[in-house]
Amino acid sequence: MALRTAEVTSGEVQTVVAARRLRHARRVFIGVGRPSTAAILARMVHNPELVLVYESGTIGAKPFHIPLSIGDGELAETADAIVSVPEMFNYWIGPGRIDVAFLGAAQIDRYANLNSTVIGEYPHPKTRLPGAGGAPEIASSCGEVVVIAPHSKRTFVEKLDFVSTVGHGHGPGCREHLGFRGAGPTAVITDLGVLEPHPESKQLVLTCVHEGVEVEKVRDETGWELEVVSDLQVTEPPTGEELAALRELVSR
Amino acid sequence: MADLVSLREGVAELVSDGDSVALEGFTHLIPFAAGHEVLRQGRRELELIRMTPDVLYDQMIGMGAARRLVFSYGGNPGVGSLHRFRDAIEHGWPRPLELEEHSHAGMANRYAAGAADLPFAVMRGYLGTDLVAYTTVAPITCPFTGEQLVAVPALRPDVAIVHAQEADRQGNVQLWGIPGVQKEAVLGAHRSLITVERIVDELEPRPGGIVIPGWVIDAVAEAPGGSRPSYSLGITDRDNDFYREWDRVSRERETFLEWMSRHVLSEEVAWH
Repeated sequence: MALRTAEVTSGEVQTVVAARRLRHARRVFIGVGRPSTAAILARMVHNPELVLVYESGTIGAKPFHIPLSIGDGELAETADAIVSVPEMFNYWIGPGRIDVAFLGAAQIDRYANLNSTVIGEYPHPKTRLPGAGGAPEIASSCGEVVVIAPHSKRTFVEKLDFVSTVGHGHGPGCREHLGFRGAGPTAVITDLGVLEPHPESKQLVLTCVHEGVEVEKVRDETGWELEVVSDLQVTEPPTGEELAALRELVSR
Repeated sequence: MADLVSLREGVAELVSDGDSVALEGFTHLIPFAAGHEVLRQGRRELELIRMTPDVLYDQMIGMGAARRLVFSYGGNPGVGSLHRFRDAIEHGWPRPLELEEHSHAGMANRYAAGAADLPFAVMRGYLGTDLVAYTTVAPITCPFTGEQLVAVPALRPDVAIVHAQEADRQGNVQLWGIPGVQKEAVLGAHRSLITVERIVDELEPRPGGIVIPGWVIDAVAEAPGGSRPSYSLGITDRDNDFYREWDRVSRERETFLEWMSRHVLSEEVAWH
């Protein structure tokens, strides 16, 4: 099936790239929205053995439809195991039994720290966001974290209004100092490209742009002086198989 | 042995103005009917406790029943903002709302400590976040290894209210599907009310079913459909359209109040 890139939306590219990231993962922790779509797509196209874990306590869920909430009935009905919330955090997430966690955020900084709590001052916020939920302990304990976020200056900021979730903290050695177990954020997948922490500085650098995206555009939409790696990659466009599977999934 | 009561009697007996009340249910089995009865009885000045204050707490906060909220995630899952929760925090409408905010892991551990009647729980978490400055956590050192950990205080609500699929006539309750923190909330609370879809002669064991013996429950009330628009696995389905629709209903104060008056406060919709 021939599909021209022009027909593909940036959101579809973002989902396809996130799904590819799960090619070799064994167990992934996901919330609703694009992360969930990407993980179900990964099971369909790349990795049928992938174990989906939702915060609601459903381990090994095999949803046919994209769930609206993390606790939809279909997740419970198809799960290998259903556990309580204390068990989910204390026996499954805390000990690092999950390889990859997908997280989102309203704001992200150059060290991939996340804000999902407030815009403005905490006691008198301009905008009250939902809050941290499970993210702080997910990010400190899971094998690695992949952040999925829309690329704009509103989201990619110089300084967070509130640190809800620690990514790489203040830089090298910070996670180790705090006693965190996992590797922390290893990629930020946006609708423009992919940012990854520099191995030494831990600052996010642009390693990949989606097809047709100018580097200048990515810089413009980033709230700090974004560095670009010398061997910048271009995302391999979604294949016919990936796109057909994604669209079929969304239409269910 | 729990008393089998009507929902009206159960709420009147167990919930008073100023109480700390945990209505739990993690996306599943949310006790909507009981929360609505609390509103109809006009309870005020409540400290509302819940990991995920979703649509039910949006309604209770919007009606001004709460002075304080203890929580870890305040969103309409998969849809977006809780507009009444935001209005209370951003603009103090209909009254200011005091917050105590935690992470999910923190809240879950607080409930577990409450159920165990321990003063606090020990966990890894919170470190490096700005939440530490605004909430009740404290560093603690492991006496055996020296590891730096965090302590969170036990949750001991005055009242826990949860919903389950069924109970027998002795008030033994069985729930299955996503169990959330309901068992911990009931065991940690000083009083408890459980609403159920149906009362049966004998509980039939279910895969993954959790049975809460009637002798740790104060009252059980039959409330068929009592978790709608949430759901009771195997009996009712989650009304995802309602959750989407709530975004429109709750956005403006006027449409919200009108909706509440028609669908919750009116005597015609009240339970017996």
